[in-house]
Amino acid sequence: MTDTAPALDRLRAGAPPRNHDARTIAALTANPGCARRGLLDAAGVDKDAVARHLGFGTPFGQSQFAITRGNAFEAQVKADGCAELLALLRDRLGLDVGEVGYDDLDDEGGREFRHARTRKLLARALDDAQGTLFDHPLLRLDIGGTPAYLEPDVIAFQLAGRFHVVEIKSFAVVDGQAEPEQVAAAARQAAVYVLALRELVADLGHDPQRVSHEVFLVCPENFSNRPSATPLDVRPQLAVLRRQLDRLTRVDAILNGLPPDLSFALDDGLGAAVRTVEARYAPDCAAGCELAYFCRDEARACGATGALGRGVRDDLGGVDTVEAALDLARGAADPPAELAETAALLRTAARLRAEALGGAA
Amino acid sequence: MSALAALARLEAVDARRAVPIATVRHCHLADAPLVLIPLRLAGEAAAPLAVMLGTDRADPTLLAVPQPRNRDLRFAFAAELAKVVLEHVEASRGAAEELPPAKDGTERVRYTEAPQVIVPNTGGVAFLRLLGRSTRFRSTEGPHAVEPSVPALGRWATWFAERHDRPGSSLLLAATEALRLHWATGQSALEDGNLAALLGWIDPPDGLDGPAAAARAEDPVRCPPAGPATDPTFDNEVLAPAVAAYDATDGDPRAEERVRAALAGQLTPTWDLVWHAMDLLRALPEGASVPRRWERDRDAFTLFHQTFAEGVPQARRDTAVAAARRLHALERAQDAYDAQRAFDDPLVMAEHRLNGQAFGGVVTEADPTRLDESGKRPKLRPRVRVATEDPVRLDAGTAVCSAERPALKGRIVEYGTGGVLVELTGGLGRKLVPEPGTVPAPGDRVCFTSLTDASFGPARFPEREDTPWTHGGPPAEYVPSDADAAEEWS
Ligand code: SF4
Repeated sequence: MTDTAPALDRLRAGAPPRNHDARTIAALTANPGCARRGLLDAAGVDKDAVARHLGFGTPFGQSQFAITRGNAFEAQVKADGCAELLALLRDRLGLDVGEVGYDDLDDEGGREFRHARTRKLLARALDDAQGTLFDHPLLRLDIGGTPAYLEPDVIAFQLAGRFHVVEIKSFAVVDGQAEPEQVAAAARQAAVYVLALRELVADLGHDPQRVSHEVFLVCPENFSNRPSATPLDVRPQLAVLRRQLDRLTRVDAILNGLPPDLSFALDDGLGAAVRTVEARYAPDCAAGCELAYFCRDEARACGATGALGRGVRDDLGGVDTVEAALDLARGAADPPAELAETAALLRTAARLRAEALGGAA
Repeated sequence: MSALAALARLEAVDARRAVPIATVRHCHLADAPLVLIPLRLAGEAAAPLAVMLGTDRADPTLLAVPQPRNRDLRFAFAAELAKVVLEHVEASRGAAEELPPAKDGTERVRYTEAPQVIVPNTGGVAFLRLLGRSTRFRSTEGPHAVEPSVPALGRWATWFAERHDRPGSSLLLAATEALRLHWATGQSALEDGNLAALLGWIDPPDGLDGPAAAARAEDPVRCPPAGPATDPTFDNEVLAPAVAAYDATDGDPRAEERVRAALAGQLTPTWDLVWHAMDLLRALPEGASVPRRWERDRDAFTLFHQTFAEGVPQARRDTAVAAARRLHALERAQDAYDAQRAFDDPLVMAEHRLNGQAFGGVVTEADPTRLDESGKRPKLRPRVRVATEDPVRLDAGTAVCSAERPALKGRIVEYGTGGVLVELTGGLGRKLVPEPGTVPAPGDRVCFTSLTDASFGPARFPEREDTPWTHGGPPAEYVPSDADAAEEWS
């Protein structure tokens, strides 16, 4: 535990902490500059409850049809000690996977205990280089100075002395192609597991490279329930992840600038408390952060150009607010020297728009 | 995006309402398009739940699968859908007009009309693509036989989706894309993907402004999603119990009616929105080159329709040569489409003026009868000077043409403080004096651009059997197999 722990506990105002998972870490890296998210996640604040309390709940629910399908597929792949998965790796990919042990680490008591057991089993497998499958291991990753526990429903197996992460997803791969966003999301999550596993391996005194950057994505094939396995090189995602985690504003630094009695208790002061911590809203927040509607409202209220999309802000030469940009376009404000070029561009754009629209009227 | 498009978004924020980014309509709208709104079962790639479709706004047809996991019901649904879609195809082709024979003497015809399909959003296009993929290989014989219309539907759905990839094609339109081509809102592109929110900005209901209408549209209870994904709360609270009741009663008609009513309730608001979108688009005057692009669409339709009987389902994946050819064709179509829109629409041309590839202004001097006598024979080479405030980025010697009348061609002589001096080289008639009205006179507003709307000859790609070994050599002819027919659809 780090010395920020008591402060972070206080932020939660007595509520139990929420666990990070690979999805939230992957999402975290999507917006590494956001102190608000960084802090709330580090403290394990239930962002969904916060958003709801503030009247900005996001429809993040999942259809039971999708859940049922996902669970059924995962259960099918893992049934009988992952028989189907092994057959897939051996027969379809022609991998020389030998006899393997299978360890299910689920339901083994508390987090610390499960993590310790994951450690022990992994250490043994590293030493005797045995083919081993772990189900429901508990990994740990340092996020902004605070440890986060990961509960992957993935399995690592050893092939020629290297561990591979297997990620089971229920979206279909049709003729070798799946929806790019879904594949990208799966790759980002798998990269989180690879990183966490590598840290553990290094911690055990082994070469972290014994965890391969090649993961296996197991998905239903075409329109059937039959699983297919696709090797996926997550090196690019790993590089991004490492860079983003390094850049993540350290939680203690954020805490330093905040009032010492700040808390995110679900009471009347919640809105003000959340606003105290700086955010960096962009439309793609909607894909991964429960506070998206709240932050969007805030960004729109202060006329942030970023609320229109990252690209829009760039096209406006980095001008932050709608009002400032419109003033430049209308020639209402004398631009500072560094914005002279942008101002000229916007004024020309405004003139051309007016001309074209006037001509049409 | 560009500064011009970004500025339009700012204006929309400021006006609390969408602003136009086009002055004419850049897509074709058929008299009776088939509006088609698909819903898919959550968690599945292409398991259809329901489709609301039809060519008559007052009379939509609802097709639904009361138990979406049941394979037989699914194929029965596909057969029903096939019937409507194939009827639409046959009803929308008009007459076959004879064209002058091709160079090699083969006869050519073109249907005077073509079927148009409108879906609410790009998700609808993706759904049709997957529906096509999951039905076109089905066999009409043997142990897994389906109705003959099912694989035919698959081939048509695939064809429509492929045409959608082609810039400027109007055979399959997504309402959100068509609207976004003509209006900019004060929200992000992501949010524009929600048809109800997009329309809220463009044409808010009485008493609401754009942001308020868009906010209302984000409430899935008031505005169910436009598909193909359903609202998870609807799934859990309405659909799942209704499907369970259908199962429990062994397919009782009343239970089936309950599922259908629930799905109709989700689809009807979107049905109205799509027609509303078309009203807005129809109100815009059609761009000058739209009929020409629709003619290409009619050509493609004629070819596909006339060879349908002897054709086989489209391959799962393109061969190397086909992929290269397709890519090349798409790039060319994109260039031509961009240029055509700019010539049709001063607001689109404004983009090119902003980036310096076009300039507009007032003619200050004109020498309409200037002759170039440096060669053996004198040539008519009038010159005009155009005063412009535009940031021109065209070098001396660059060929340009008039945006209003592309036949009027010229080249840049010089660009300085007095404006741009253009020497005219074409579009003046055949004599040594220009035809009246061809040379702009002082005081005229003109716009010249380096864009061209020229179409180059077809690219040369090797024939199928000459595919280089670097690209896998000649591909095997695609033959549908039993395995295709038996492929699970669960
Ligand atoms: S929604 Fe708000 S808190 Fe979440 S990442 Fe975006 S800006 Fe940060």
